[in-house]
Amino acid sequence: MIRVVLPAVLRTLAGAGAEVELEVEGPITLRSVLDALEARYPVLRGTLRDQVTKQRRPFVRFFACEEDWSHESPDAALPEAIGSGKEPLLLVGAIAGG
Amino acid sequence: MSSVRLLVGTKKGAFILTSDGKREKWDVSGPHFAGWEMYHLKGSPVDPNRIYASQSRGWFGQLVQRSNDGGQTWEAVGNKFEYDGVPGTHQWYDGTPHPWAFARVWHFEPSLSDPDTVYAGVEDAALFRSTDGGQTWKELSGLRGHGTGPKWQPGAGGLCLHTIILNPSDSNRMYIAISAAGAFRTDDGGETWKPINQGLRSTFIPDPTAEIGHCVHHVAMHPSRPNTLFMQKHWDVMRSDNSGDLWQEVSGNLPTDFGFVIDVHAHEPETIYVVPIKSDGEHFPMEGKLQVYRSRTGGNEWEALTKGLPQSDCYVNVLRDAMSVDSLDKCGIYFGTTGGQVYASKDAGDSWNAIVHNLPAVLSVEVQTLK
Repeated sequence: MIRVVLPAVLRTLAGAGAEVELEVEGPITLRSVLDALEARYPVLRGTLRDQVTKQRRPFVRFFACEEDWSHESPDAALPEAIGSGKEPLLLVGAIAGG
Repeated sequence: MSSVRLLVGTKKGAFILTSDGKREKWDVSGPHFAGWEMYHLKGSPVDPNRIYASQSRGWFGQLVQRSNDGGQTWEAVGNKFEYDGVPGTHQWYDGTPHPWAFARVWHFEPSLSDPDTVYAGVEDAALFRSTDGGQTWKELSGLRGHGTGPKWQPGAGGLCLHTIILNPSDSNRMYIAISAAGAFRTDDGGETWKPINQGLRSTFIPDPTAEIGHCVHHVAMHPSRPNTLFMQKHWDVMRSDNSGDLWQEVSGNLPTDFGFVIDVHAHEPETIYVVPIKSDGEHFPMEGKLQVYRSRTGGNEWEALTKGLPQSDCYVNVLRDAMSVDSLDKCGIYFGTTGGQVYASKDAGDSWNAIVHNLPAVLSVEVQTLK
């Protein structure tokens, strides 16, 4: 079971709680987790990554085990603690503005 | 008894204002999609309870919302806007080639005959169409591909396709406008397009009368005269009586001919409205006086409409999609400001009152006249 923490804006949009639990098939990567998240909550398609290019939106960050994974390959294996559910994957809307 | 419904898009959510045909008391619903930029909402003329709304945010991209009950409930539909083929490049502000990239939907134009067909004008400028109620979108790529696309440059707000006009007497004819490329027309349902900018003069481009490069802010048409168009350009108010083939300036006695909105009276096709803005460097009314100008002669001769509008210390702007007219008698005129006011006139502009005062900055206003 993968735990994912959503930014507040997307919790409202998806009608989800702060943390959602996902079953993810195969390797645990950013791509597979986001695919599972979007399958559960289709309204989130296009909000975290571009619908066409699948690139991360510039003001979205991915944190795992106190490390910034935003610039890692979407197909890199996430830490074991994410895969086991011990730690959540944090999806963060960057602070931007005054 | 008739009633009216105003669909107001703001920088921090959407609001729906309703009134009976007297247009004296208004109920306010919202914010819908609080915190999101709502560039535009528009209802289907065939089924007024079918409304399309553009919901976007710099952080989280573009969503498309659809309502089937007049805005009481909403559902997110398709938001995949994929350019047809290899997107190619347009020009960036500095004149260098810049890849076409989807940013947001500026304007929805529902079909005049089918509530499931709707057009979307997007940034970077392109025209998309959905025939399944917004679930899927397909680009009408003949517009970007007709030849001048690589030369298009963005205006200050981006390279946006902001105006879509459907011809009620010829479904194959459409007009669109892009900042800062100009106006374009199709006569074959969107397959092929041509620029219609002859007669425009823009001194901020190397050739002021070039085929493209004009910063058209908005275009309006009366449905009974689909060959007559009125344009608020960056500077200059223009009209064409031959479907855009040739434009002539009708700024006449306006105190400034810079502005964003332009609209046509519902029952008088030669009565038009603009809100003069001081200049491109000062996006507020002249001398702090908010004034709508009306011409009953299709331009050139203008009168200031001030009754009920602030005549001192007013420094708001009125953006390009933020004016609309109802079809009651007398015609109602509505516009929203960047200061969060929505003003209404129930007597074709003779007098005004603010029906809301403190919304977020208003991006768009559309009115529906309901039977």
